[in-house]
Amino acid sequence: MSTSPAPLASPDEMRDMFRTMTLIRRFEEKASEEYMAGRIGGFLHLAIGEEAAIVGTVSALRPDDPLTSTYREHGQALARGSDPRAIMAELLGRATGICGGRGGSMHLMDLGRSFYGGYGIVGGAVPLAVGLAWAAKYRGGDQVAVTMFGEGAANQGVVSECFNMAGLWDLPIVFLILNNQYGMGTPVERAAAVDDFFPRAAAYDIESWKVDGMDVLGVRAAVSEAARLAREDGRPACVELLAYRYKGHSMSDPDTVRSSEEKERWQARDPLVTFERVLLGEGIMGADDIAAMRTEVQQVVDDAAAYAEQGPEVPVAELARNVYAQPWNDDPRGSALVRP
Amino acid sequence: MSTAPAEVTYRDALNQALREEMARDESVFLMGEDIGHFDGAFKVTRGLLKEFGEQRVVDTPITEAGFTGLGIGAAMAGLRPVIEIMTVNFALVAMDQIVSNASKIHYMFGGQVPVPMVIRMPGGAGHQLSAQHSHSLEAMFTHVPGLKVVVPATPEDAKGLLKTAIRDDDPVIFLESEGLYGKKGPVGGEDDLIPFGQAVVRRPGRDCTVIAHSRMVWVALAAAEQLAAQGIEIEVIDPRTFRPLDLDTLAASVARTSRAVVVDEGWPECGIAAGLAAHLYDACFDMLDAPIRRVNAADVPMPYAKNLEQAAIPQPHDVVAAVMATLAREVPR
Repeated sequence: MSTSPAPLASPDEMRDMFRTMTLIRRFEEKASEEYMAGRIGGFLHLAIGEEAAIVGTVSALRPDDPLTSTYREHGQALARGSDPRAIMAELLGRATGICGGRGGSMHLMDLGRSFYGGYGIVGGAVPLAVGLAWAAKYRGGDQVAVTMFGEGAANQGVVSECFNMAGLWDLPIVFLILNNQYGMGTPVERAAAVDDFFPRAAAYDIESWKVDGMDVLGVRAAVSEAARLAREDGRPACVELLAYRYKGHSMSDPDTVRSSEEKERWQARDPLVTFERVLLGEGIMGADDIAAMRTEVQQVVDDAAAYAEQGPEVPVAELARNVYAQPWNDDPRGSALVRP
Repeated sequence: MSTAPAEVTYRDALNQALREEMARDESVFLMGEDIGHFDGAFKVTRGLLKEFGEQRVVDTPITEAGFTGLGIGAAMAGLRPVIEIMTVNFALVAMDQIVSNASKIHYMFGGQVPVPMVIRMPGGAGHQLSAQHSHSLEAMFTHVPGLKVVVPATPEDAKGLLKTAIRDDDPVIFLESEGLYGKKGPVGGEDDLIPFGQAVVRRPGRDCTVIAHSRMVWVALAAAEQLAAQGIEIEVIDPRTFRPLDLDTLAASVARTSRAVVVDEGWPECGIAAGLAAHLYDACFDMLDAPIRRVNAADVPMPYAKNLEQAAIPQPHDVVAAVMATLAREVPR
């Protein structure tokens, strides 16, 4: 088993974290372009503004800690090290996509990196993570399951059920509430009786606290402590990260609800800008290093888009492939309801 | 001395399957409300807690969506959970987990991870449990690609199909009947698995094919006795699984008898009987001598009053009447 990452990141780790945050930002911008060009269909939910929350969290985990996310999950996949080409190809619905074009933007998964997927029903993936934690404990493993969901999901009943089961059964899980303050267009104050969410977990005897989700190092330290509790003490934990998404809920949201003053106030605390200041101030990266990193990341993203655009479509003959893991006849589609 | 195999109840047949599969494979565990210390609401899991311990026989809070979702996650991690939902009525609370997660995860993530789990639950009416506790929801589950749907009628099938379900790599909805738990019959041994997608002829006959599943098999067989007294021989066929469906066996019978009645304890609209009738029209329209008749529950929420409840549930005389209608005969008074 690999060792857990330390709460305090090393200079190398900080450089990696900054690169991943930059990769997420650039990837999302490129995805936005691809959507505007009509090459991405359906919903496209961008995580711009949430890079510190995502990277701080993932950097605090072991690579074999199972992770689930919502439909806003490109960043989680990238942070876990999934191939940007395969992610972009999935967004474009190509056979070369990470899920063979079956999932799209909302349903990325990379099982080899213990990324157990993005899910589209708000709150619906949280019990899956409880099950992943259950399985780790059942087998005597020391993995910690982590489930990232929004403050909107915290209002779903099943999430409270999960807090209860995890607290009751001492499951090794970290509930990560990414509070970006809006459920689509509805602000927290119009959706929740109490505008802090971590006390809900505390009500189930789960150690929980709230930290600034725009500060990547603070997020990492908090999630490290939460993961330590889960791994060493066998107790669930909950971290609420206060953050802000810069774009609308999805590409189809013109984002007219939120005031420009509010957006500017949060963007003044941009997680990439503030972390860059830290890196420069502490001499961990120089301006030249950062410029070179940005160029390299942009190349990765441009390459991913080019790769995706050139990817073949999924053959229609494979429409029904994988409906079942164990199909009952030799039909190559694997799912025919009726035996031929 | 009788050499006939010992008869066991449908309940104990299920218990045998669970015990044998748990002994065979450590990744199998049971989870549900009151299945451990209480031995299960219907005593299907009797004794298993004592035998396998609290790690593998898990009493849950009343939290169907939560523990069904937990089972899905555990299955994704490679365990083989057998989730007991106390009755099918409570599955409605867990429907998002079953439909949005269990049925879709293998497909929508490009086949990366299977969901090898069983969700067991009894359903059906007949005990004056009224509107919210008397559902037959086969049609709802069968509607969903990605699920397998199993509906055993006998102790032998209950055991053999449950063993198959536990070893299957897909999410299996295993629908038991509250009215059958005490039904006795022979059962197979440890290695007798019954494959999915194989219908069985419960009673051969030449005059009309009657398709029935779960408890309705016994209603159809009772009707068959009444009809036989009048010289009418129906062929009773039990599909045993709706996903996969053995249409071959159903259609071959209908092609031979030229008449069909489909019996289903669920509601008529877009129901199991409607779906099977549509398949049979596609497969053997030219061979039919009469329209296919459906026998369903009345199209009402289940009433409490005994007489109303009995009127709402398919009875042998309803099957007799439907068969007579396909034969263009009057029902004898």
